[in-house]
Amino acid sequence: MPPGSTAERVAPMERPLTDPGHAVELDEVAVRFRTKRKDVTALQDVTLRVRPGEFVAIVGPSGCGKSTLLKLASGLLAPSSGTARLLGEEVTAPRPDVGYVFQKAALLEWRSARKNILLQAEMRRMPARQARERADELIAMTGLTGFEDAYPHELSGGMQQRVALCRALLHRPPVLLMDEPFGALDALTREQMNVELRRIWQETGTTVLLVTHSIAEAVYLADRVVMMTARPGTVAGVIEIGLPADRDYGTTMAEPEFARATRHIRDHLGAAVAAD
Amino acid sequence: MVTHSQSERAGSAPSPASPPDGVVERSRPGLGERLAGFAERSWRPFVLLAAIVVAWWAVTAAELVEPYLVPSPGDTFDAIASRPEYFWEHTWTTGYETLLGFVIAAAIGVFAAVVMVNSPTVEKTLYPLLLFAQVIPKIAIAPLFVVWLGFGLGPKIVVAVLMAFFPVVISMVTGLKSVDPEMLQLSATMGAKRGQTFWKIRFPASLPHLFSGLKVAATMAVTGAVVGEFVGADAGLGFVILQANGNLDTPVLFAGLLIMSLLGVLLFVLVEWLEYLVLPWHASRRGEGTTTNL
Repeated sequence: MPPGSTAERVAPMERPLTDPGHAVELDEVAVRFRTKRKDVTALQDVTLRVRPGEFVAIVGPSGCGKSTLLKLASGLLAPSSGTARLLGEEVTAPRPDVGYVFQKAALLEWRSARKNILLQAEMRRMPARQARERADELIAMTGLTGFEDAYPHELSGGMQQRVALCRALLHRPPVLLMDEPFGALDALTREQMNVELRRIWQETGTTVLLVTHSIAEAVYLADRVVMMTARPGTVAGVIEIGLPADRDYGTTMAEPEFARATRHIRDHLGAAVAAD
Repeated sequence: MVTHSQSERAGSAPSPASPPDGVVERSRPGLGERLAGFAERSWRPFVLLAAIVVAWWAVTAAELVEPYLVPSPGDTFDAIASRPEYFWEHTWTTGYETLLGFVIAAAIGVFAAVVMVNSPTVEKTLYPLLLFAQVIPKIAIAPLFVVWLGFGLGPKIVVAVLMAFFPVVISMVTGLKSVDPEMLQLSATMGAKRGQTFWKIRFPASLPHLFSGLKVAATMAVTGAVVGEFVGADAGLGFVILQANGNLDTPVLFAGLLIMSLLGVLLFVLVEWLEYLVLPWHASRRGEGTTTNL
């Protein structure tokens, strides 16, 4: 990868001297939850590698452990067996070198949009001026200009999710984890957010791991799409998306490659469901 | 979006005066305007109160009951007006006990809640004890405090604290546990320390719950102080009532009751006002936007 963009991408983070090779690495991980009455295997034998700067989407039916994958990568959850590595380092505790976006915006309702974004900086004790400049930059990039001082209850769902995205990007994380970030938005806003996320990803060059229910969203956004089956969650297959880097929304939707990829994924997931 | 332009409704092109984004900043209303607004919103309970006083007056004026059983409103107000220092002094004593009891109860309640939420072991150990302290009838143990602490302020404040702190603990524990778990996970990925998570997320999120507890506690604290005075005191409204009872002096007794109630209401309103200042963001403070024909 070009050295200039690498430095830009991970500026505030300390990067290990040896090349990490992969941004995210899951090695034969399994996750078993224990409830009062039974043990549930949420994930089994999952191996996944994500290259630095890559955009990988994970699709699959509800309850296939997609979200659990993100929690493993960030250290919010420890695997029952196998190992998770982030930037070449084994994950043993919650890792601060990620940005996280949930389906709910999870904003603090007593803080304005800007103050919600700056929570990231306050927790990390980033220099105030640098944080403010970065926040302004992100506010402009995500189209939040004019809404900086609005409180969450004054913002629409799409705007709230933009705030959450800004907050996740404030510290220039080398890895961005997104857990169905646009699942609660209306179809039009969702398309708009997809276009913007694609652009933001290209501008920041960060590694993105996106969990989604939408096959179209996955294909439009990602370099590779990981397909998962449910109960227990396993990787059913990985597909490379052969679309050009520059993806105009309307044009991309009409590409034969887009149709091929969505069809492939749909067949695969459908088959997995039928075999259940 | 923040607001929708009113001109959308009309369906016509926006008038030249309306700004492009449809948002018009309004200036803050002046004091007179706000007072008028307050009067408009809150005249109803005052009218009801006036009606009750009129009914009370009517009952006594028609001599439906003996005056020594129910004094007239006039006699009751006279009882206060003829001895203002006497009432002021005793009101001050009870007010002081109440406020001190309330503040101590709030402090202990918040502290206990924070400790319990931070340690499940402490919670399991302490919770039954708190419940036990709550279910003991305060009137029954109040005499014990007089034996232990004498006739001074001590026992009154202790009873007030005992009565007031339980709602504070319960509401604060609920509040601290009500934080969105995803918010806490997010905080973990921000590398936040426990203290940071507490002060920036958990504590502010718990405040709406805390304030409901504090409002209940405010009314309990008055009861506690008066119960403390009943079992042994030489000052305070509880003492005034007991003495008037002994002398069959119903106007003074009614006057004492009236002031006592006002004291509770005053403390309640004070807590509400504090809530208004501290939590301007809270959902219960937000009205729906109203349409305007301007």
